[in-house]
Amino acid sequence: MIRLRKLARAASVLTTPLAPEDILSLFNPVFSARQLRGIVTRVVAETADSATIFFRPGRGWKAHQAGQWARIGVELDGVRHWRSYSLSAPAGQDPAITVTDVGAVSGVLVRNTRPGDVLFLAPPQGDFVLPEHPRPLLMLTAGSGITPVMSMVRTLVPHRPDADVVLIHSARTPEDSIFREELSELADQFPNFKVTHWFTGERGRVDFSSAAMLDELCPDWRHRAAYACGPEGFLDDAEALWSAEAAAAAEGSTLTEGSAAGESHQPEGPFAADPINLIIERFTTSLAAGAGHDGGLVTFEASDREVEVDGSTPLLDVGEDAGVLMPSGCRMGICHSCLTPLRAGHVRDLRTGEVHGEPGQLIQTCVSAAAGPVNLDI
Amino acid sequence: MAIVTNHEAETTEDAVVPSSRDDAALKADAAAEASGAQAAKTRRGALATSGSPLVRPPAAAHLSDEQVAELGRELDAIKDDILAKRGSSDAAYIRRMIKIQRGLEISGRATLLVSRNKAAWITGTTLLSLAKILENMEIGHNVLHGQWDWMRDPDIHSTTWEWDFVTPARSWQHTHNDLHHRWTNVVGKDNDVGYNLLRMDPQQEWKPFNLGNPLYNAILAPVFEWGIAIYDLELQDYKEGNKSKEALVKDLKALGIKALKQFTKDYAATPAVAMLTGSGKQALYGTLTANAVRNVWAHAVIFCGHFPEGTDTFTEEMVEGETRGDWYVRQMIGSANISGSKFMHLMTGNLSHQIEHHLFPDIPSNRYAEVAPKVQEICKRYGLPYTTGPIWKQVGSTWAKVFKLALPPKKA
Repeated sequence: MIRLRKLARAASVLTTPLAPEDILSLFNPVFSARQLRGIVTRVVAETADSATIFFRPGRGWKAHQAGQWARIGVELDGVRHWRSYSLSAPAGQDPAITVTDVGAVSGVLVRNTRPGDVLFLAPPQGDFVLPEHPRPLLMLTAGSGITPVMSMVRTLVPHRPDADVVLIHSARTPEDSIFREELSELADQFPNFKVTHWFTGERGRVDFSSAAMLDELCPDWRHRAAYACGPEGFLDDAEALWSAEAAAAAEGSTLTEGSAAGESHQPEGPFAADPINLIIERFTTSLAAGAGHDGGLVTFEASDREVEVDGSTPLLDVGEDAGVLMPSGCRMGICHSCLTPLRAGHVRDLRTGEVHGEPGQLIQTCVSAAAGPVNLDI
Repeated sequence: MAIVTNHEAETTEDAVVPSSRDDAALKADAAAEASGAQAAKTRRGALATSGSPLVRPPAAAHLSDEQVAELGRELDAIKDDILAKRGSSDAAYIRRMIKIQRGLEISGRATLLVSRNKAAWITGTTLLSLAKILENMEIGHNVLHGQWDWMRDPDIHSTTWEWDFVTPARSWQHTHNDLHHRWTNVVGKDNDVGYNLLRMDPQQEWKPFNLGNPLYNAILAPVFEWGIAIYDLELQDYKEGNKSKEALVKDLKALGIKALKQFTKDYAATPAVAMLTGSGKQALYGTLTANAVRNVWAHAVIFCGHFPEGTDTFTEEMVEGETRGDWYVRQMIGSANISGSKFMHLMTGNLSHQIEHHLFPDIPSNRYAEVAPKVQEICKRYGLPYTTGPIWKQVGSTWAKVFKLALPPKKA
């Protein structure tokens, strides 16, 4: 490897101002001096509007942990677009993303991707990963929220006899339910894995307004570390239920204090219902807080662009539309890949409506809009 | 992260609320001085939204403000039409060009490695010359204009691209994109009028030095890239105190590093490898020739852009209060096209569509040919000159000017 790098540096004497990779990319598109790429090796249709895309990444990729996501760059009509997708392949195997057609970018990925296509990549990241030590687990997923959890199930269930996983997966109909057959097969094969398919078309939405439904589907749910992934409402409801249960439990333990009952339950204690034990992964964020506010003139200093904008468009979109090479990531304010220094002006956080901004501050352009004139150091 | 007191933050905010653009610029400067901090920089040189310049150039003097505004709207519509069409076929075009260019480059250089054989020398030198011309003109120049930024591809972007030319891309972008394209042919503002070396306009005062005009131009052509590199240092601005010493040192360093790399590649590394086949000397002559061919060609094409008979130059009064429409007019009457085959257009980097390029410097170069007839029609309808001609005629015309302006103006 080191010798290769030395060789590349020597070769660059002959290729400057290009890098040797720029020449090699004539023969193999995975080579690039500047950006990580992958070649699509296989595309598998999952449901009518979802597909799994396997790819072979170039140098610079790092192996993913089960549950992580990666940024994928795709070209739409000649323009590069980046989105984040969860990796559905088990840890330790070639990466694959499972994509559901919900917008322009995912639509192109699902419908038009063919083996041999080039994907632009960023290394996997994310904290929605399996616990370090074995624990009983409860997975709550809805729709395409199954994707990162599928990676966890595939990683854990077949290889760890000590695993104890309960999955409750909600989808509209059996036809819409990604990985339904594989999940059922795994459940048949491995007694340590239980799966409940919940079809909202038949039974209505999963009800987290009280503990009743969970008590029925997974009676020991309070003693499990829980992972939830799905649409915003689904996650908000789950969070509310866990908070309520934690509050009730705290009250209960105060009442029984001194009776030693708490101690006798200790082995199960650490996993008791507690918001800390509910790990969630969001797919979307509501960015409505900027509506109705005035924007201003946005100046991208280093790129020498100026754009007049409204108060509700994320600065990331503004920059991308102006042809600025904006760093980007999850596009919903969680991954901090898009941080850009603010030179002057104020921005509005589109999630909360809060206006902030100090010169030099790093702002999340994907969830910030202009609140008056804004100068960015990019 | 900077910690700023409330007071300073307010000043900064005040400064960038534009009551009017000039006002904002003044306030921003004041704020920058007051706080000593990096305050918001408001861009200068913005165009007026209405009215007319103090003096409209003679070739456009017959047009009313309203006609000029209408002309501006028509040209804006042409641009919008192209932007709406721009897409995957354009992206495929530039990628194909880059592939072809890199293919020519490596095959040319590889052939030079065995250039002891005469046929190999001719082939290698030809391929490398073509590669260098394509790289500078159709790819480098246009990428550095930001014509392909819309693709958001960091490999083909005006902020990341570096070219096979001694002047560093960033220095050139400043003198070319910011100064030349903004102030096209305004004597005293656009130093591209003669590159501080030649007398290319009768408005420029004659000095005995100018007697050497044709000689300087002949010497400049084969080493054009070095001429541009020195020009981009803006030594004149430094002498006049408009450029700081730090800025000059920084530019000199960047140029030194770039020149060293370019020099090493063409005149040391390539001949060194070729020595393995006993072709070292021939390879050196090959790379020298290829650079000279590219330089002579680039010099010819670029001189054809603004110097042939029929192109106008402008005074500072003609740009004072200039609107977008007047700016368009100035670009059209201050530039000249070259007519010819598709291959010729490609080899000039579509700078043969200089008029269209100056109107819309950042639309993809493969679209200029499609825009040209529409622009020509507009010029005809508004009674404006649209200068064009075959390359031999345009080159002849620039040389005629070089000779003519070597001599002092005739006393009236």
